[in-house]
Amino acid sequence: MIKVTKLTKDYGARRAIDNLTFRAQRGEIIGFLGPNGAGKTTTMRILSGYMPPTSGKAEIGGFDVVDQSLEVRKIVGYLPETVPLYNDMTVFEFLKYKADLHHIPDAEDRVDEVLEMIDLIDRSEGYIAALSKGMRQRVGIAQALLHKPEVLILDEPTIGLDPAQIIEVRNLIKRIGKERTIMLSTHILSEAQQVCDRVLIINKGHIVAEDTPQHLQSRLTGSQRVELKLRKNAEDAIPLIKKVKGVTSVTAHDDDSIEFEMSANQDARPSVAKAVVQGGFELLEMKQNALSLEDIFLELTRDDTPAPALKDRD
Amino acid sequence: MRNIWTIAKRELHLLFIGPIAYITLIVFLLTLGIFFYIELNYAIQSQSYIPSMGTTFQLIAFPLLFLAVPAITMRSIAEEKRTGTLEFLLTAPVRDWELVIGKWLGGFLFFVIALSVTFVYPLILNILVDPGIDMGAVLVGYLGLLLIASCMVAIGIAISALVPNQIAALFATLGVIIIFWILSSPAQYMQGLWSEILLNMSLTNHLYDTFLAGVIDLKDVLYYISFTVFALFIGKTAVEIRRWG
Repeated sequence: MIKVTKLTKDYGARRAIDNLTFRAQRGEIIGFLGPNGAGKTTTMRILSGYMPPTSGKAEIGGFDVVDQSLEVRKIVGYLPETVPLYNDMTVFEFLKYKADLHHIPDAEDRVDEVLEMIDLIDRSEGYIAALSKGMRQRVGIAQALLHKPEVLILDEPTIGLDPAQIIEVRNLIKRIGKERTIMLSTHILSEAQQVCDRVLIINKGHIVAEDTPQHLQSRLTGSQRVELKLRKNAEDAIPLIKKVKGVTSVTAHDDDSIEFEMSANQDARPSVAKAVVQGGFELLEMKQNALSLEDIFLELTRDDTPAPALKDRD
Repeated sequence: MRNIWTIAKRELHLLFIGPIAYITLIVFLLTLGIFFYIELNYAIQSQSYIPSMGTTFQLIAFPLLFLAVPAITMRSIAEEKRTGTLEFLLTAPVRDWELVIGKWLGGFLFFVIALSVTFVYPLILNILVDPGIDMGAVLVGYLGLLLIASCMVAIGIAISALVPNQIAALFATLGVIIIFWILSSPAQYMQGLWSEILLNMSLTNHLYDTFLAGVIDLKDVLYYISFTVFALFIGKTAVEIRRWG
């Protein structure tokens, strides 16, 4: 559904995105994860038909975003990061305007339908200037949905929303995502984890990782980490733990806990527990830390280091 | 095509929500009303003077349209750029030229409305003056005013697309209109080709001695139409360039 090949965009001397290549199938929800300035918004603007790339190709639904921009815009619903709305229009007027621009028949009914979907039907006669941030966000999503687009491109759709609203929006996205292709950008990692089928991590204009959230986790951790809590004198236990077969490294943390890494094919936990207890230490807690997407993200987007090599899946 | 009308309708609607349209109309019509009143009284007092639309037309052209057009058009695209709503328009299935023409049409229709309201004056004159005034000449006069308005609105839209905010648009539009307005003056001191060129480029040269005098000349009609089209083309190009980042 979305085909991007060697997409590059330069703003004068600055290269914002560099030879991006990726695909999204129909019905997939893909997440674009990256720090600010990574190139997420630029990519989305190109895909939504707003601006052309400097080089490379992008196709949505088989239409080229440059040569068939109008066709692309007909099947794409786009929510810009800034959620630009006309403050001096009412919610209804604004959505009707957008519906008219899309030549939607029975526009008024459709607007009411969408207003129901985002639960703003009772604010439809109110001015947009009077809406809260969360409501503005919902209106922004609504205008992207009006023409029942096959592809939704949402730039940071949950930013600024309160936790309850975030859940609502995510559920909405998941519901819509069943029949449509959605591409969203975020820097809320748990969101990418929960909502997306696949995640693309982008940094400085390059894609540094691309996979399902689960696979990304297992790919990056060649080893697994376990956290230990001992009653006292935690550091003294370190040499003991190091000796256990399968333990690759041990570190002490400020909160009196010890973290050790063990290789993936050997569960050293029982041996460590035995060694610690037999050594006279009181074991309070042993917990396995899965490498969170946040760790992966930080690891991959650390400033000057080039992207670390990811181990291929076996 | 429909998009042009959708955009034009919204422009007009938006104009009448804010204060600018009302203030402009009130000042416009009030000024005209005052001078029309003076004209009528002067005619009553002096026995020989016959009132006509001449003064009214001239007043409409300058300073009224001259000042009102930039005020009305300044917002059109510049404000959308500033608030970011242009991004929303440019990602809708609307062609760039539809956007520009739609905005222009909204502004132009505003002045059609304003000028239509002033039509009450020739109707009054027709009743008061004996045996009546030359309505044909009056209509030609209005045609000229509509043409110059269309041209100035187009300039306003183009500039609104080129500059980053409303105030810059206001002053730049005024500036451009002033320059084209006064071009005929230096032309009289020049000779030959330059004189001809400047004279024919001047906005006023094609209005006062022709339309306002009741004369339609095809070359003047063409002048205003091509100027309008050219300005809108520049506006469309400005919008396109926006896309390239």
